[in-house]
Amino acid sequence: MSSTTSAIEAAAAAERSAARYDQSRAARIISRTAIYGALLLWAFICLFPIYWTLTTSFKTAKDVQQGALIPFVDFEPSWIGWKSLGLSPDTIFETSTVREEFLARFINSVVTSLSASMLAIVIGSLAAYGLSRFEYKWGPFRNKDISFFFLSQLILPPVVLALPFLVLYKEVAMLDSSIGLILLYALMVLPIVIWIMRDQFKSIPAELEEAALVDGLSSWGAFLRIVVPISLPGMVAAFILSLVLCWNEYFFAALLTSTDAKTLPVMVASQTGSQGINWWSMAALSSAAIVPLCIVGILLERYIIKGLSTGAVK
Amino acid sequence: MQTSAALIGDIPASRKALGRGLIIAASLGLAAVLVWQILFVSGNVEEGFDTWRPVLYAYLAWAVVLGVSQVIIRGEAGQRALFVLPAVLFTISMVIFPTAFGIYIAFTDWNLSSFEGRQFNGLDNLRALFEDSYYWNSLGNMAFYVAMVLVEYAIAFGLALLLNAEIRARRFFRVVFLLPFMLSPVAISWMVGKSLMEYRFGPAANLARFLGWEKPAFFTEPWIAKISIEVMDAWMYIPFMMILLLAGLQAMPRDVSEAARVDGANGWQTFWKITFPLMLPVSVTAIVLRIIFKLKLADIIINVTAGGPGGATDSVTSFIYREYRDRSNVGYGTMLAEFYLVIIIIFMLTLLRFVSRWLRKLD
Repeated sequence: MSSTTSAIEAAAAAERSAARYDQSRAARIISRTAIYGALLLWAFICLFPIYWTLTTSFKTAKDVQQGALIPFVDFEPSWIGWKSLGLSPDTIFETSTVREEFLARFINSVVTSLSASMLAIVIGSLAAYGLSRFEYKWGPFRNKDISFFFLSQLILPPVVLALPFLVLYKEVAMLDSSIGLILLYALMVLPIVIWIMRDQFKSIPAELEEAALVDGLSSWGAFLRIVVPISLPGMVAAFILSLVLCWNEYFFAALLTSTDAKTLPVMVASQTGSQGINWWSMAALSSAAIVPLCIVGILLERYIIKGLSTGAVK
Repeated sequence: MQTSAALIGDIPASRKALGRGLIIAASLGLAAVLVWQILFVSGNVEEGFDTWRPVLYAYLAWAVVLGVSQVIIRGEAGQRALFVLPAVLFTISMVIFPTAFGIYIAFTDWNLSSFEGRQFNGLDNLRALFEDSYYWNSLGNMAFYVAMVLVEYAIAFGLALLLNAEIRARRFFRVVFLLPFMLSPVAISWMVGKSLMEYRFGPAANLARFLGWEKPAFFTEPWIAKISIEVMDAWMYIPFMMILLLAGLQAMPRDVSEAARVDGANGWQTFWKITFPLMLPVSVTAIVLRIIFKLKLADIIINVTAGGPGGATDSVTSFIYREYRDRSNVGYGTMLAEFYLVIIIIFMLTLLRFVSRWLRKLD
C-alpha cells in the first residue's frame, strides 16, 4: 500500500521537477549571463584606466589629441614616453639626467616604503604580541586602554600632524630627509599593523609558548623562536598592506620633501611644464608608479586579502 | 602563566637601585641637554648646537635606558613591558608631542613668508575660522563625500556577492577587482582625472558624447565636479570594502541560506531575510573603516581640481594644504586642522555609540 502511493507520489514529483527544471534552466541561463556580464563590466572598469596609462606612454602628441585607443590599429606605438625618461631601447645605454632623476625618486620611494613598513611591522608586532598575551597595568591604563590608544590613531587625519611636523623637522634638520618620512609613514600604518597582528597572535594557542617557558625560554625567546615563525604569513600580509599605503602616500611627501627625499608620487604630481603636459612622459612616469604594485597585487593577492579581511570576521 | 608577584619577587634590592639610578641619570642627562639648548636658543648661553637634533638623540638614549632599566628593575615583568614599550614611546613622541605643539601654533599668527615670525594672537584664528565661508564649504563637501560611502557600500556588496557566487575564474576576477586599491592616487589623478576624463580627447568624454551628453565637462559644473571626484575616489576604495564583505560572506554558514532556499524563499528574499542581517556586523566594520579613510581624502582633489570650481570639490585636507602651500599660513592652517580633528572625534564617537546601540537593539 504505502509503496504504491509513494511510487505515484515519486512519479508526480518527477514530472513537477522536470517542468521546474525547464523553467529553472532558462532562469539559470539568464542569471549566469547577468552574473558574468556584471563581472566582465566591472573588470573592464578596473582595467581600462591601467590600460589607458600604459598605452598613452607610447603615444605621440597627435595620437593623444585624437584619443587613440588601440595600438597598431588606431596609432603606431613609439617609445616617446620612455625616451623622455631615458628608458627606451635607444637611450638606455646613454647617460641621461632625466633617468638619473627618475631613478633617484624611484629608489627613494622603494627605500622609504620598505623601511617604514619594516619599522611598523617590528614595533607593531611586538606591541600586538604583548597586548594579546600579557596583562599590563600602567597607572590607570590596562590592555584595553593601550589597544584603544593605538587603534584610535587611525582616525587622526594627516593634516593635523603635517604642519607641526614641518616646523619640528625644520628644527631638528630632518626636513627633506628620508628618515623623517619613514618615521611618519611608520606612524601612519602602525595602527593597521597592530590590528592585524593582534588578531593573528590571538589565533595562536598560548599553550605552545607555555611549554617553551617551562623548557626555560624567556618570553622573548618563546616569541622569537616559536611565535614569529608561526605568524609569519600574517606578518607578510601586514607588511604588504603597509607597503601599498606607504608607496602611494602623497600628502606628507609633498609637504615635507623638496629635493633630496622626494618620492615618486611627488615627481608625478610636478610634471606640468610651461607648454602644458607631455602626456607620453606623464603616462610613462605614472606607469612606473603603478606597475610595481600591480605586480605585487597579482603575485601576493592572497596576502593582501588576508591582511584586509583580518578583524572583519569575528 | 606565573603571577606578576612571583616575577618581581626575586630581584635583589641592589639591582633595583641600579635600575632606578640609570633612569634618574638618563632623565637628568636629557633634561640637561634640553635646558642647555633652550638657554642657547634664547641667547643666555654662548655655546650650543646649531639644530635641536642632539635633543632628539638624547631622547633616544633616554628611551633605550628606560627599556633596559625596566628589565633590570622588574626582571621578567620588565621583559614583558619591553614588548609594548617601543610602540608606546614611538606613538607618544610622534603624536602627542606634535599635536600639543600644534595646539600652541594654532593660537599664533605665524606666516612663514612674513618676517615678523610667530606671534601669539589668542582667539583671532578661531574667530577667522568661523567667518571663513570656504572652510565651512569644505566641511559641507566632506558631509557629501562621507554620505556617498553608503553608495560605495552598496556597489561593494554587489561585487562581493558576485565574487561569492559559483563562478569560473574567481581568482582572476578577485585580482582584477582588487587592483584599483593598489594604485597610486596621484598617478590616477593625472591619468584618469586629467587624461581619461579630458574634455577634448578623453575616452570617458567621448563615451559621454556618444551617450548623448553634449558637453561632457567633468570638472566645470560644481555638482558634476563633486560627483566626478567622488567617482574616482570610490573606484579606488570600493575594493577595500568589497574584500571585507567577501570575507564576511565566506565565513557565513552555508546551510542557513540553503535551508531558506529549500523552504521556498527566492534569492531576493534570502538576501534580505538572511544574508543581509547576518552581514550587519561586517558591514558596520567596513563602513566605519571606509569613513575613517574618507575623512582623509585629499590627494585626488589636490591634483585634479585643486578644490575648484570655486571650492566645490574641496575637502578639508586639500583646503588646508593650499592654505599652507599658497599662503604659507602655518598658524591659521593649524587651527583649521585642529578644529577638524575635534569635529572628527565628536563625529566618530557619536557614530560608534549610535551604531553599537543600534546593533544591540537588533540582537
